[in-house]
Amino acid sequence: MPSAAGDPKSRPARVGVLGLQGDFAEHLRTLTRLGAEAIDVRRPEQLDEIDALIIPGGESTTIGKLAERYAFIPKLRERVAAGMPVWGTCAGAIFLAKDVPGHPHPLAAVMDITVERNAFGRQIDSFEADIDVRGMGGGPFHAVFIRAPKIRATGRDVDVLATLPDGAVVAVREGALLATSFHPELTSDDRFHRYFLAMGRR
Amino acid sequence: MAPSQNGSGGQAHTGTWTLKTGLAQMLKGGVIMDVVTAEHARIAEEAGAVAVMALERVPADIRASGGVARMSDPEKVLEIMAAVTIPVMAKARIGHFVEAQVLEALGVDYVDESEVLTPADEQFHIDKHAFKVPFVCGARDLGEALRRINEGAAMIRSKGEAGTGNVVEAVRHLRAITSQLRALADMDEAALAERASEYRVPVDLVKRVAQARKLPVVLFCAGGIATPADAALMMQLGAEGNFVGSGIFKSAEPARRAKAIVEATTHYTDAKLVAEVSRGLGEPMRGMSLETIPPAERLAVRGW
Repeated sequence: MPSAAGDPKSRPARVGVLGLQGDFAEHLRTLTRLGAEAIDVRRPEQLDEIDALIIPGGESTTIGKLAERYAFIPKLRERVAAGMPVWGTCAGAIFLAKDVPGHPHPLAAVMDITVERNAFGRQIDSFEADIDVRGMGGGPFHAVFIRAPKIRATGRDVDVLATLPDGAVVAVREGALLATSFHPELTSDDRFHRYFLAMGRR
Repeated sequence: MAPSQNGSGGQAHTGTWTLKTGLAQMLKGGVIMDVVTAEHARIAEEAGAVAVMALERVPADIRASGGVARMSDPEKVLEIMAAVTIPVMAKARIGHFVEAQVLEALGVDYVDESEVLTPADEQFHIDKHAFKVPFVCGARDLGEALRRINEGAAMIRSKGEAGTGNVVEAVRHLRAITSQLRALADMDEAALAERASEYRVPVDLVKRVAQARKLPVVLFCAGGIATPADAALMMQLGAEGNFVGSGIFKSAEPARRAKAIVEATTHYTDAKLVAEVSRGLGEPMRGMSLETIPPAERLAVRGW
């Protein structure tokens, strides 16, 4: 498996952020601060040059359409099959899911989860909450949910990392794939980014 | 901040500054399209718009027909909300806080306190901090942008001159904002204090902006974008995304033009791609030169 963190002796990890639309700049900034080589990915051939990929928050219909128009999806599936770590935040989680009921647009469909879009309501229902994340030290994580999706069902090999008090699943991992309903890139807490960088090393 | 009703537990908070500005972060690199009907909204979503702006008439028609331009009929707003899954914005008149309350009650995702509609108050803009729904406001320069942010705007768009299909004012306003931002970065404390008093905003806000070298909210461009090249131009000049109004649904082939403007906004530095998507798009909206518009009919001068 390619290492998300790279070999510290040779070079820093090359971590791509899909830059078609959304808050990719916030992810790039956090990755750079953590010592990774952060790459704005806008062409499918760039997927061959990176060790790991983040699909940012944004509008999932827009990102999905642009990804399809520029033929990202076959290449991404190939890289996922080869074990490249990929993390989707909010729209990115929708992008990775195999099942998105009612979603009219093409998606990568690589992760064994069912995701419901805008599951908490419209913008006035967007919220911030502290959540406990399994295996993450340092206390609760302050999570920002914006027109957020819920992870409604998970496959056999999917680990649930975090839920809300009512049981709604909001963070999961399946092998080298990570999905969160919320936006760690909008806060100064970089524990999820460090967790992701470490995934490739294990 | 208010306790959450969404079943996420007692500690959740809604309507915060992070959530208001955060939604605008999610729209970056995208195109927000003016739509009048549910059918328009579906075309916009299909083309890859990140959000739609519901309004009664597109600016070109408001300009042509005159009269008082108001918030859309709630029936229309609800039809548009039901037609698409992307965020729906809607316009309220400057200072008309009840139109904003109505739009919030309908559940729109963003309110645009807009100079394109006829202003309702010549003294006060809406106190946007009082709302849970976020607001976007227009600005012609940095002072206007900071006054709106100080009132609670969570997103700024350069004004341009809506409904003209002429990008010249959009360029003027965006250049004004970005050059004034650059100028702040080199100022000492005394100069910043002077600038704050000139802008009529707290000095703390000016200092924060000077340090960050950017606005504390997302900056889009609006007002006169009619072609993919216009859209890429505004992105290269520093916009973080584009509002396109009359430019799409007043053109010969709205669906194709909308899609091309989305692609040019994403790949704004890729001239080959902009060239490719611009081929054979059909007639753009007719457009008008600014000199033909009497000062009293200019929209950008509304608001202060």
